[in-house]
Amino acid sequence: MGQLGRDARSLCHSGIYLQYIKGLVMSSTFDQVATIIAETCDIPRDTITPESHAIDDLGIDSLDFLDIAFAIDKAFGIKLPLEKWTQEVNDGKATTEQYFVLKNLCARIDELVAAKNAGA
Amino acid sequence: MQLEYFQLIDRILDLNMEEKTITVEAQVPNENTIFEGHFPGYPIMPGVLLIESMAQTSGWLLLALMKFERMPFLAAVKEAKMRGFVSPGEVLTIDANILHEGSGYAMTEARVRVGGKLRSNATLTFSHIAFPNPDLRGHMDAVATRIGFPQQVLLP
Repeated sequence: MGQLGRDARSLCHSGIYLQYIKGLVMSSTFDQVATIIAETCDIPRDTITPESHAIDDLGIDSLDFLDIAFAIDKAFGIKLPLEKWTQEVNDGKATTEQYFVLKNLCARIDELVAAKNAGA
Repeated sequence: MQLEYFQLIDRILDLNMEEKTITVEAQVPNENTIFEGHFPGYPIMPGVLLIESMAQTSGWLLLALMKFERMPFLAAVKEAKMRGFVSPGEVLTIDANILHEGSGYAMTEARVRVGGKLRSNATLTFSHIAFPNPDLRGHMDAVATRIGFPQQVLLP
């Protein structure tokens, strides 16, 4: 195999590796969030999936969500922009699914953590 | 303490914007109809009023931190403990600190002491919104003046 082939293979491997790492980080975020929700709201952990909608499926109301936001803020060292999200939903600029389906919530958390790390 | 108006704080003793702490004073009235029922022959300050006094103390701290642009409302009470009776005429020293400042909400820890001895403590959650009308803002300004709110902390 020539140099080009080795580089391509190396790139391919690093791409897979990155995906693997990304998967680990994402599942870790979801696991942490699911555990927080289970403990904060007394919801069985095995009923919480990445597809669960915190409000519609898990029945979490806005006051309970403050406890979840508090625990998430503390665990990840971020500040979930709940006011901004609420405003966007109220203004019809976003849907609750974008923020409150757990896989999407976890993606937002990962973005906030990345933004914090980039600014640090 | 003006129990009839549910205004429990008499005086702000200290407000530290850097540490995000506040200490206030409140004297329990010697006589009030509340004590005729709670309890006949054995008057004690109701625990819910001790919680309210901690909420109002935390509220003044939050109002200061939010530069009187938003109004905090009590949303949740956790770990409230009544550790000792509070009697008519006693002077309460109440202090609070910020536990967490979230987006649209905040959490505080507060304590009630009498003569340095802890009588009650709680962890409180507040949601806060922009002042809903000028009347409420005017009312809070008036109370702030009455209880000696240090206006200089609001200067840039």
